[in-house]
Amino acid sequence: MTEEIGTTADGDLIINVGPQHPATHGVLHLVITLNGETIKKVEPHLGYIHRSIEKMCESLTYRQFSYVTSRMDYLSSHINNHACALIVEKGLQVEVPARAKYVRVILDELTRIASHELWWGAMAMDLGAFTPFFHAFRERESINDIMEETCGARLTMNYIVPGGLMQDIHPNFQKRVKDFISLYKSKIDEYDELVTGNIIFQNRMKGVGFISAEDAISFGMSGPAARGSGVNCDIRKLYPYGIYNQVQFDQVLETAGDSFARYMVRIREMKQSVSIIEQLIDNIPEGEFLAKTKVVLKLPKGEFYTRVETARGELGVYIVSEGATTPYRIKFRSPGFSNLSALDTMARGSKLGDLVAMMGTLDLVIPDIDR
Amino acid sequence: MWSFSNISSSIHHWLNESFSPTWAMIIEMVIAGVCIIGLFATLGLVLVLMERRVAAWMQIRLGPNRVGPKGLLQSAADTLKLLVKEGLTPNGADKFLFNFAPFIAMMVAMLLMAPIAFAKDFQLWDLNIGVLYISAVSSIMVISILMAGWASNNKYSLMGAMRSGAQIVSYELSAGFSILTIVVFTGSLNFNEIILSQTNGWWIFKGHLPAIISFVIFIIAVTAETNRAPFDLAEAESELTAGFHTEYSGMKFALFFLAEYINVFIVCAIGATLFLGGWMPFQIGNWQAFNHAMDYIPSSIWFFGKTFFLIFLIMWFRWTFPRLRIDQLLNLEWKYLLPISMLNLLLATALAILGWHF
Repeated sequence: MTEEIGTTADGDLIINVGPQHPATHGVLHLVITLNGETIKKVEPHLGYIHRSIEKMCESLTYRQFSYVTSRMDYLSSHINNHACALIVEKGLQVEVPARAKYVRVILDELTRIASHELWWGAMAMDLGAFTPFFHAFRERESINDIMEETCGARLTMNYIVPGGLMQDIHPNFQKRVKDFISLYKSKIDEYDELVTGNIIFQNRMKGVGFISAEDAISFGMSGPAARGSGVNCDIRKLYPYGIYNQVQFDQVLETAGDSFARYMVRIREMKQSVSIIEQLIDNIPEGEFLAKTKVVLKLPKGEFYTRVETARGELGVYIVSEGATTPYRIKFRSPGFSNLSALDTMARGSKLGDLVAMMGTLDLVIPDIDR
Repeated sequence: MWSFSNISSSIHHWLNESFSPTWAMIIEMVIAGVCIIGLFATLGLVLVLMERRVAAWMQIRLGPNRVGPKGLLQSAADTLKLLVKEGLTPNGADKFLFNFAPFIAMMVAMLLMAPIAFAKDFQLWDLNIGVLYISAVSSIMVISILMAGWASNNKYSLMGAMRSGAQIVSYELSAGFSILTIVVFTGSLNFNEIILSQTNGWWIFKGHLPAIISFVIFIIAVTAETNRAPFDLAEAESELTAGFHTEYSGMKFALFFLAEYINVFIVCAIGATLFLGGWMPFQIGNWQAFNHAMDYIPSSIWFFGKTFFLIFLIMWFRWTFPRLRIDQLLNLEWKYLLPISMLNLLLATALAILGWHF
């Protein structure tokens, strides 16, 4: 008996989705066992884009290491930097000026909107609709312009530093953000017309990729993917940082636990982000943008942990310090890694076509998973 | 008047005077063949460019606008690129079938052109069973896709081919039923007679509800049959990379690509012929002056106008809708479209027997 290459003993087909595949949006490698079109098992293989960021951070000073984190989840670089700044400020007991706090939260929320826009377009593209991608990028472009004007970069931004901001905001900042909000509000209904209300789209999403709240918790899922199952896990509400405790916003929760619920969480979250920005943009206080700190930063001996809510979920930064200028050990708890681990449970028994929809709603960024 | 029948009959007379009848026939066949290949290539180029411009227009961007005036030479440049590209055959592939499959796709597309009436008296083959011929020949298309998918020795290709097989075989049924509706109304399988029966009004207007229902079903079914989005499961870029033509490159890929566009053109031409009167001008009852003005528009413009309208419709679908899942696709056909089109055919037959259509 010769065994066919690429099949299991039961005669099921094994398919490699990735590392180069249009639906993985990066170098994710999924080994899928298929019975016809039905998925029996999904096994993610990681490591294709591992750059040992955590190890690199151990040889970088506390001022330097946040720059590397922009390359982790490149769609939430401001938020990653925010987390790094927060943990250094926590260790050094630095009080951040109010102006910096406001701008940080505005930038975080702009980043979140930009990330969700990209997710929306890419997910529609996974489902075979190309046009939404361009519509999403139209709005994302104006966020990128704001970012470019603020800190010179459009993707891997480095602006939030320990103690505040790298430099003061551009004089046009408030005006451009307001322009963006009015543009965005005029376009947001198009999203629902083009995708959300589409009958094919709803049939593809509803009842597909179900994960219960218990499973979501036990897999350590976080962010919009977990909130789609009704898990109360928004770090901005549970452990407020920055000035999130001073703004009014709702934690978006959906209870259905399927792909459509995760989709709706992100769509609604974008509207919440816009409302947060609206509350803050006119009230940015005058004053310093950077607290006075020592030239060489040294965290006291001990262990530190902070967490922030990125566009994908909970990003935790854990530092063990020996009192030197560089961290002794650093560990990032990235949201994508835990969210990906739930994919197997979600996908079993569904069709191959649904797998891309599930991966879309998990909003995977591969450099975030591998670091 | 410069009508195609005058031109063709003068060529016919001249050839018969100059050569023996056998040679005259052979030369006529060659001329027709060259015309078809010319039309084929031109249509391919025009449709690819049109698709890209329509897509760009829907996606708030400009589309190709660099090569030639307003980007008109873009598809010619693309063809040149594909011509000089290496046509790779994978190691594990069945070499003969792998290389043969694209030619079947092309052959089917070319064969389908034969009975279509492009303008008044401009038809390559006035076949008395034109409709049957089209339905029969278009089913051969699935063989080329299955062959390509199986011979590639690639799992994605195989899955794409299997999906495509299930899909085309299913949707052929409702496409056939919706075509039959018109056949029942006209009582003829001949394209020319079907067009002539629409002198006093197109079937979509004359045939009441059944004609409209079958038109809608026809458009859905042929979109699926030509593997166009939202029914492009055989290719399904985000799931199967490129489906059945994953392993194809260069000109072999281009043949599939071209065949797809030609098929779109053909099904739209059939749709225009059956439901929208082919090359018949648009006429309203007793409005003599209006009807007369409409008659002045050449019949080829009527035909291509209607066909390109339907092509635009199908492109519009492609750039608006997400893709269906395979089980939803088959559900749509077997649970909805097929029963509806069967009932619709009964209704149409009743109408035709009672003579209730105009």
